[in-house]
Amino acid sequence: MALANLRIQPRFPTWPVYLAGLLPALWYLYQIFYGDLGADPAKTLEHAMGEWALRFLILGLAITPLRREFGIGLLKYRRAIGLAAFFYVVLHLLVYLLLDQGLDWSAIWADIVKRPYITIGMAGFLLLLPLAATSFNAAIRWLGGRNWNRLHKLVYPAVLAGAVHYVMLVKSWPLEPLVYLGIVLALLAWRVWRRA
Amino acid sequence: MLLRHAPDLCEREVTPRDLYLNRRHLLAGFGGMMLAGTGVAHAAVKSPFSTDEALTSLKDITSYNNFYEFGTDKSDPARNAGRLTVKPWKVKIDGMVGKPGDYDLDDILKGVTIEERIYRMRCVEGWSMVIPWNGFPLASLLKRVEPQSGAKFVAFETLVRPSEMSGQGGFFKILDWPYVEGLRLDEAMNPLTLLATGLYGENLPNQNGAPLRLVVPWKYGFKGIKSIVRISLTDKQPPTSWNIQAPQEYGFYSNVNPEVDHPRWSQATERRIGDGGGLFAKRRPTLPFNGYAEQVAGLYTGMDLRKFY
Repeated sequence: MALANLRIQPRFPTWPVYLAGLLPALWYLYQIFYGDLGADPAKTLEHAMGEWALRFLILGLAITPLRREFGIGLLKYRRAIGLAAFFYVVLHLLVYLLLDQGLDWSAIWADIVKRPYITIGMAGFLLLLPLAATSFNAAIRWLGGRNWNRLHKLVYPAVLAGAVHYVMLVKSWPLEPLVYLGIVLALLAWRVWRRA
Repeated sequence: MLLRHAPDLCEREVTPRDLYLNRRHLLAGFGGMMLAGTGVAHAAVKSPFSTDEALTSLKDITSYNNFYEFGTDKSDPARNAGRLTVKPWKVKIDGMVGKPGDYDLDDILKGVTIEERIYRMRCVEGWSMVIPWNGFPLASLLKRVEPQSGAKFVAFETLVRPSEMSGQGGFFKILDWPYVEGLRLDEAMNPLTLLATGLYGENLPNQNGAPLRLVVPWKYGFKGIKSIVRISLTDKQPPTSWNIQAPQEYGFYSNVNPEVDHPRWSQATERRIGDGGGLFAKRRPTLPFNGYAEQVAGLYTGMDLRKFY
């Protein structure tokens, strides 16, 4: 790691980043009670949570390229960003299970088995579970830095799953999901290009 | 500009809503008197085909739309469709008819009885509404233009006007414009099949397909082509936009069918927009032919509906 080349390295503590990660959720919580989530509020929430998950995942994936290419050191905020992403993945899943499907487990199971986009989305969620579970310092010590790093490479297939999940559920080819997929592919390609 | 729009000024813009609704109610009482002409709101005759289910609110019906000519987000049409000029409006009727021509919409509506039809609308995406349409049976228009004996299908076409339809321009083509749809002639002649000119007793809002759209309540919503500029009778099954886009997902018939899933999602249930529960609105089972089996199942006897989806 070319630490000496860092040109920009913010010094502020990490808690504002954790707080910022909560803001979109608080905004939607406010919308539920006082605002307007439109004609199909459950769908609005479901899509919003999914999109915020993807945004934070992309942000987390951008940290290393920003450091190596532009000398911007944000590494110490990555855990907060990753946990925010996981938080929105969980909310997205909860909205799907509770509000969209109304806990109809047979329909949910049928979705997981029969609908590739749900299968892929669920796989992405499962891939993130061990990462969230090992997101504290003691876990890094237990696993050892190297193993921990290796384990956390699961975020690559997880983000890809998330972006593909989005592209697969829309009709026709609207721009937005393709933009997300494009960014994810670029960030993954950068890793292949720089290391392999 | 202002002058050009002046004739569009309609009753609802100058009269308080409760007042004119009340007035219209009175008019309807006088034997369903009809206000012809497109500039005026409708006084509609009630129909036995109407459902008595709770209506979806005007706000939801007019703010949650799939009308890709104005953008792919469901809030885009309400935002962008205001620019569409819907008067004057011509509809080309051609193909295998005795009286082809470029008809002015005003002429089409002359002598037509506007009915109120409260229909369920089931979107292929898995949500539904109950919409009080105003309109007239497509059959009555087709009879007026005298279909030839060899005609078997009806093809429809939406306006292409990128200057006013923001979704049609741009770098990324969402669909092949114009949007095209089609029906078998016997489907088109079914008394349920409606050409809508209004909803909730008012002229059709632009985002809902003004000034003239198709409503086929037993089929998925996308069959209800909007802002129609051409109706052609043919002897061949016409191409349809979503079938061109993704043939394995959207068939020509696209009848509402809980047994035949969309390849990517189930069609067994639907969420009724605005259903009391709000955020916790439960899904409800989807009915074969959207609950209109009694009227239309006979059109498909002997057909394998899995094959002809």
